[in-house]
Amino acid sequence: MKFDLFTLKKYDYKKIRNLKDNVIRKILFGFGATAVIFIIIILVFLLIEGLPFFLEGDGIDFFTGDVWDPSSPNTPRYGILPMVLGTFLVTLGAIVIAVPIGIGCSIYLAEIAHPKIRETLKPIIEILAGIPSVVYGFFALIILSTWIDDLFNSTTKLNALTGSIMLAIMMLPIIISLSEDAIRSVPQEMKEASLALGLSKWDTIRGVVVPAALSGITAAIILGVARAIGETMTVLMATGNAPVISFDMLSSMRTMTATIAIEMGEVPFGSTHYHSLFAVGIVLFAITFIVNFIADRVMKRFREKY
Amino acid sequence: MKWKTIKEHIIYSLLRLSGLFIVCTLAILLFYILSGGIGKISWEFLTNFPTNGMMSGGIFPMILGTLSLMTLTMLIALPLGIFSAIYLVEYAKPGRFTNAIRLAVHNLAGVPSIVYGLVGLGLFVVFLGLGLSLVSAALTLAIMVLPIIIASSQEALRAVPQNIREGALALGSTKWETTCHHVLPYALPGMLTGSILALSRAAGETAPIIMTGAAFYMTHLPSSIFDEFMALPYSIYTLATQSSNAEATRPTVFGAILVLLLIVLCMNLVAIIVRNYYRKKYRW
Repeated sequence: MKFDLFTLKKYDYKKIRNLKDNVIRKILFGFGATAVIFIIIILVFLLIEGLPFFLEGDGIDFFTGDVWDPSSPNTPRYGILPMVLGTFLVTLGAIVIAVPIGIGCSIYLAEIAHPKIRETLKPIIEILAGIPSVVYGFFALIILSTWIDDLFNSTTKLNALTGSIMLAIMMLPIIISLSEDAIRSVPQEMKEASLALGLSKWDTIRGVVVPAALSGITAAIILGVARAIGETMTVLMATGNAPVISFDMLSSMRTMTATIAIEMGEVPFGSTHYHSLFAVGIVLFAITFIVNFIADRVMKRFREKY
Repeated sequence: MKWKTIKEHIIYSLLRLSGLFIVCTLAILLFYILSGGIGKISWEFLTNFPTNGMMSGGIFPMILGTLSLMTLTMLIALPLGIFSAIYLVEYAKPGRFTNAIRLAVHNLAGVPSIVYGLVGLGLFVVFLGLGLSLVSAALTLAIMVLPIIIASSQEALRAVPQNIREGALALGSTKWETTCHHVLPYALPGMLTGSILALSRAAGETAPIIMTGAAFYMTHLPSSIFDEFMALPYSIYTLATQSSNAEATRPTVFGAILVLLLIVLCMNLVAIIVRNYYRKKYRW
């Protein structure tokens, strides 16, 4: 009898433990689902608030119109083209500046630099990555813009070039750290084989290491671009924010992100203008989604290779 | 042959130069901010309310606003992120749903911060009726930093060797006992590092809080989490771009930037120290 009681107790205890384990498993499953729920919520809310704008009939003008003038009392125009162009040009400028420096620096860090220099440079890059964007924006607004003005005699102090330079500096930490990882993951045997065949160190880097790491470097650049497209505060404070179509890097421009940030605070809730800003948000979301998707694909290919 | 060595020398110098560029950029940035802001930092500046259209006085409400926003964000994001990561690493079986979660985390990380602001406005401020408030902003930021916390926590959990789990399971522990008593203690430092970094990111973020609760000027401290608040990054932005007397408010802006940078860089430093300490302590 005593023995029976003992086994019964032990059995119950085990049951309770297993029950507890199962309950926790279910709860954790709920936590695991939060990311999915959030991404769905983001999509749903962008659509709920953005779709009314398209339903009101301005959809075609939105994508083809070259005038953004939503506060005009008689004929408000909602053409997204000036902002798409602004985002495109500012980002392009940032790529032109950041890619050579970024690749150069990552090659230097991965292949050439003395370990001690490497150990000091890495934290510096981490610090650059950690500086809030509003600080970069302020630097562009107060200091960089006067330098640009002195150098190029631009008509406006705040222009696309100022924004591009600042975005380039913000992209660099991403590009450098990811490209360096890519370069370092190129197998040592490949380098040794190349050196053994009599190629110089630079020829090995140029002809073997960089081509082998190219897809990883590309993914790093694309991720940097995604960051630049989505960046708000820096371009908001640096580019002057005139929504006009211009290809002059020394003229004032406005990006999609800046438009949302500037105008969201002033629009009446539920107006066409309010919904149009969500429509801009949808376009922005779609662009960054596609860019990130491409980066992901390229990165996956790189990982499969090694 | 000789030409080739000269060429290589030039190329090497260029590569070194790109490394130098990074150092110079940081040096210039810090130099201007330090020289502009260091004279402003004083006990009064840190503990007083702004006066005279923010041209004089202190930045106490902004510091308090930023710190309380960070605390609230962490209270929301940390449990969500850590438990999500535990589920993904310890429990999830490969399959459609797990893939969906991975994809979702990945995509959340890529969403621009201003889009988080839009969604925060639509969802928390308007739809849930939380209004422009500390809690709306914290919820928005929490969703934003969630992917960072999940990713770093996953990495920390994966770094714990499999045989520790197998040992615990072989001795009759349940899955949760194994995770809780034998995996988490070793993964916690790594999770902590990632979370501190995420927090420092939240501290400096401006775009999402513009629309969800940051106020340009308030004469009182937020009375509850449903009140609006002043925050360092937002005040820096508004004072730098929209102040009626930009020159006169400039010292305040420099001072505020310096304080914000100190907060952010200190957290980064703590994260790096924690990481290095435990990297040395646990070597599998």
